[in-house]
Amino acid sequence: MTARVGVVLFPGSNCEHDVVEAIGSLGGKGEIVWHGDTSLAGFDAVVLPGGFAHGDYLRPGAIARFSPVMGAVRELAAAGAPVIGICNGFQVLTEAGLLPGALQKNRALKFLCRPVELRVTSTDSVLTSEAELGQVLTVPINHFEGNYTCDEATLARLQGEDRVVLRYVDNPNGSVDDIAGICNEGRNVVGLMPHPERAVDGMLGSSDGAVLLRSLLDVA
Amino acid sequence: MSVFDVLVEVQLRPGIADPQGATIERSLPALGFDSVHGVRVGKAMRFHIEAADEAAARGQVEELCKRFLTNPVIEDSVVTVVPAVKR
Repeated sequence: MTARVGVVLFPGSNCEHDVVEAIGSLGGKGEIVWHGDTSLAGFDAVVLPGGFAHGDYLRPGAIARFSPVMGAVRELAAAGAPVIGICNGFQVLTEAGLLPGALQKNRALKFLCRPVELRVTSTDSVLTSEAELGQVLTVPINHFEGNYTCDEATLARLQGEDRVVLRYVDNPNGSVDDIAGICNEGRNVVGLMPHPERAVDGMLGSSDGAVLLRSLLDVA
Repeated sequence: MSVFDVLVEVQLRPGIADPQGATIERSLPALGFDSVHGVRVGKAMRFHIEAADEAAARGQVEELCKRFLTNPVIEDSVVTVVPAVKR
């Protein structure tokens, strides 16, 4: 059965079509869902895409977490379905409390937009199950506030529970412990700053992101 | 009910790196300000609130800070509540 993946469009999202296209190219069915909708019935998974939801006013994700659709996102997450936050979507998931920590301004105060190398440091998550442990993937980043931070107890817990799923090979933004992506306790909610949907075809410079989205489609 | 003027100052918690503050601090010697240290950049928000008394107003604002105006993972807030100035 083809996995149906809802891709949430907040006012200010700008990567939703890329995600829908990438999922379609990998054999899934991506469909855009308006942030004002209150149901995700019929969807096997949901992606919160990149962009500037609600203008990133106050803080990235601070207003998006109150969007009507977030109730349904929480329900899907609680039911164990894959919930993925990419870039701004990761920021929304931390603001919503579905993932711990926060994303700060990049250490060098520069907007970063370039391919980076990521190391798969856990394959026990809905986004990395098809990848190999230690595999290095080239995937673009595109963010100003991607510097992951959390308190020491949270970091120790993430490390101890094998919940850091992706790390930067060469840390571009100052993230603690080189963190590029983490998952929740259930391993079905994953947030990451890099954009796998922009690396699903050689024509885009890399197809390394495909293994991540394929993992998602396999679980969904 | 009375009206109160509120000032919420949001700042990064101690120990959280502040690249903006550090950049400002590094640029000051070039302007001849050699004695400035510890620059931290935050946000200030001002608004009015109606409440029975000052304590009730403060309680509501603190709840608002906790749930929305700050991200407690990285930010603290200082709340100032005073009776509204009649205009």
